[in-house]
Amino acid sequence: MIDWPLVSVIIFLPLIGALIILFIKEDELTSINIKWAALLATLGTFILSLILWLQFDYSNPSYQYEEKFRWFDDFNFFYHVGVDGISLFMILLSTFLTPLCILASWNNIKKRVKEYMLSFLFLETVMIGMFASIDILLFYIFFEAVLIPMYLIIGIWGGNRRIYASFKFFLYTLLGSVLMLIAIIVMYRNTSSMSIEFLQGNYFSYNTQLFLWLAFFASFAVKIPMWPFHTWLPDAHVEAPTAGSVILAGVLLKMGGYGFIRFSLGMLPEATEFFIPLIMTLSIVAIVYTSLVALAQTDIKKLIAYSSVAHMGIVTIGIFLVNQQGLEGAMMQMISHGLVSAALFLCVGVIYDRMHTREIEFYGGLVQRMPLYATVFMIFMLGSVGLPGTSGFIGEFLVIVGAFKFSSYVVIGAAFGIILSAVYMLYLYKRIIFGTITNNKLADILDINTREKIILIPLAISVILLGIFPNLFLDPMRLSLELIITNYEIANAK
Amino acid sequence: MLNNIYNIFFIPEIFLACSSFVCLLFGLFLKKNAFRQTSNLAVFVLLLTILLVYYDSGSNFANYKSLFSHSSFINFFKILAILGSIASIIISKEYFLGIKLKNFEIPVLFLFSTLGMMLMIASNNLMSMYLAIELQSLSLYVAAAIKRDSISSAESGVKYFILGALSSGILLYGFSLIYGFTGSMNFDDISFYLSKYDNLNLGLIFGLVFVMVGLAFKVSAVPFHMWTPDVYEGAPNSITGFFAIVPKIAAVALIYRFCLVPFENFYLEWSQIILFLSIASMFLGAVAAIAQSNIKRLLAYSSIGHIGYILIALVAANDDGIKAASIYMFSYMIMNVAIFAILLSLKVKNEYLINISDLKGLSKSNPIVSLSISIIMLSMAGIPPFIGFFGKFYVFIAAIEQELYVLSVLGVLASVISAFYYLRIIKIMYFDEIKSEGIINFQISLQSKIILSLSLFVIICFIFYPSLLINISASLTI
Repeated sequence: MIDWPLVSVIIFLPLIGALIILFIKEDELTSINIKWAALLATLGTFILSLILWLQFDYSNPSYQYEEKFRWFDDFNFFYHVGVDGISLFMILLSTFLTPLCILASWNNIKKRVKEYMLSFLFLETVMIGMFASIDILLFYIFFEAVLIPMYLIIGIWGGNRRIYASFKFFLYTLLGSVLMLIAIIVMYRNTSSMSIEFLQGNYFSYNTQLFLWLAFFASFAVKIPMWPFHTWLPDAHVEAPTAGSVILAGVLLKMGGYGFIRFSLGMLPEATEFFIPLIMTLSIVAIVYTSLVALAQTDIKKLIAYSSVAHMGIVTIGIFLVNQQGLEGAMMQMISHGLVSAALFLCVGVIYDRMHTREIEFYGGLVQRMPLYATVFMIFMLGSVGLPGTSGFIGEFLVIVGAFKFSSYVVIGAAFGIILSAVYMLYLYKRIIFGTITNNKLADILDINTREKIILIPLAISVILLGIFPNLFLDPMRLSLELIITNYEIANAK
Repeated sequence: MLNNIYNIFFIPEIFLACSSFVCLLFGLFLKKNAFRQTSNLAVFVLLLTILLVYYDSGSNFANYKSLFSHSSFINFFKILAILGSIASIIISKEYFLGIKLKNFEIPVLFLFSTLGMMLMIASNNLMSMYLAIELQSLSLYVAAAIKRDSISSAESGVKYFILGALSSGILLYGFSLIYGFTGSMNFDDISFYLSKYDNLNLGLIFGLVFVMVGLAFKVSAVPFHMWTPDVYEGAPNSITGFFAIVPKIAAVALIYRFCLVPFENFYLEWSQIILFLSIASMFLGAVAAIAQSNIKRLLAYSSIGHIGYILIALVAANDDGIKAASIYMFSYMIMNVAIFAILLSLKVKNEYLINISDLKGLSKSNPIVSLSISIIMLSMAGIPPFIGFFGKFYVFIAAIEQELYVLSVLGVLASVISAFYYLRIIKIMYFDEIKSEGIINFQISLQSKIILSLSLFVIICFIFYPSLLINISASLTI
């Protein structure tokens, strides 16, 4: 294996890039240097994270590439990072999307390029750090630190209502996560350990578990987001710049799902068992309700934002089924949604850059002028619908298979949501792409350029790759998920 | 053993008292640059005092009839207070010169007040405690009103004096009741006397409540906080800086010692009062700061909120609580030093910055300064990875150790509310469009720059090596 601290290098490489950028003086000429520096740092991180995948030991369910240093002398807090099957793809998703975000903002961010790139690099560091941490306090620090760059990205480079959106985003998610802090301290008090690995041994009494579960639920349900805690998401998505939406949809929402798997399932199995009906109800409501809401939207970004909530509903169903298919489906759905919704936001960004509006009414007949764009958009749209052959299918299929073991009502709810998702996505596609051009302003719109091709084509390839070879992704995570399920079943069999 | 001068416990305080007089005379006989020279001398004196406190073993204090006590907790807070006053003298020097307020008495007043605070922290007797409080307060009354030709400064001085005198009166009445019912002024004797009883009688409870009121006034805990925003607003910025940084340290140390030494066994009696003060301070500090447009009033409410968190750790009343208080106080001091170092160097159209809205466009003209302010604000809001988060984190550890779940949840909720106004400052600097081009100047002297950089370094880099501070604070005994 690798004898140098690979995970730490991946975590802190973007931060080093940020430090370098900090010392580049910004003016008209040098802003291109800043962009290149940011791109190189993020690409380097991506390549290193590929090593993580290539060297990954599929037969080992627990953490690999572990690094552990004493951090606090008085408590058992460690700088403890590592990667297992669950976090591997979350990290890959972050490192894959960030360079694309940098590329996507290449021309349309004109003011404060330096601060923008600094925010993104800092954001990448904390995202990777969060997924890689094995110490809960470290996890929490990264989890909350995400708010800082995201707040700035929405607030400085966002749309008209950016200030409202940024405050809502920050305070809403902060409210959720501070309760998690209390839960973490209670866990520490009961076990004198902060290690995620150790805490998965189930050390809490039933009543404690219920309270801890609620505290974790508060932060993850806001983050993922579940209905009725989702109201920050459409605002944040609509007002954020394209790249901000991409990261928000692509990675930040997954923090909630990741947290549910690690903390709720892993550490609080008995409480999870108790709360499963609640989660299922909320998820089904989320899927049906937000799908209907998405159908009524006139703003493209808002529509995709609501569709994210619906897709995350499928993820939460999958997670709380707590069986092999459900969990694998949830993981696949998270990865797929990370790619597809990110790509959809990038597609919206493409036409927004040209026309500066996101109103669905404004567009129509884009296929006449932008055939290539229509093609890639279609791939992502079908991925979002869950057509076989795309990544979305695998996740939804596995979740539904898993759900049959649990209850057929859940299956009906989830399937209904999937049908609705086809309705609103196809309807959106029809209104934007098909038909003849009715709006004169669209008459000389240009098709995607090379930079946009470089961004969208890798995403399209990975969406299809994920759909055709799901085992490429399922194999590494399988044992880690099995471990969680086994622990869960042992705890609940008692 | 008076013949061996090095063995006298009191040497740092005696040294500081003597040197303060020397400073006074020094300033009096200087013709030119009296203010600047006296400030430099004062900083030097305080640095020496730190050394003396650090090496002070406290082996022999029986000579003082246990008027004062000695412990690692006391030493830590003494050093913290002295560091705070060194920093505030340095960062305010240019400001005083800028507004042509060159009375050399100012650094001397700071010295006397620091002396009062050191005695306050160390006091082990009701009498010495009262005298020490008065020594530091009288110096501060004068300091608040030092700008004689300014109405607002005079107003804040008088307001501070009247309310301060009132609270001292209440405090003194409480002392007399405690003395009357226990027959002793000494903390240890009171503690010994009280250990014979299971519950306090009515007179002692009255005395305790009165003393708590007086102390709550000194730490400016709600509902005895009214003076804080007004005094902060009226006093010259640099004096406000001193008010924000130093006296809080001493008052917090005092309230800890008073609750945990003589009344250690009557946790239930005083903890209710502190509990209420804590919750009220956190929420009022968070809510009232939202509507402020004056940065000094905002910082006043912010400091009220911070006091609420420190009092949580006092309610916890365990070793973790003492540790949390010392870490929190350290982070509070560092953050305030940093923010005042910036405020005292920012000029908008040749006037020192007062209104928050004047910060508009700062991120364009001074990116480094606005970045620093943002970091300080996020740290005050308790967002990781900055030092302010660890202060709050340790406070909640202490609270949960004592199973104060409701209080901790209220605490984190208040911290979310308070995050709003800290974020608002960042919003004004970064998000707002600049309509009229405000001319913001940032002129900072080399010395303040060093102080500012050091405190920013601590705020940002604490996370990389927390054990340095935490090991010290873990070893503190009250």
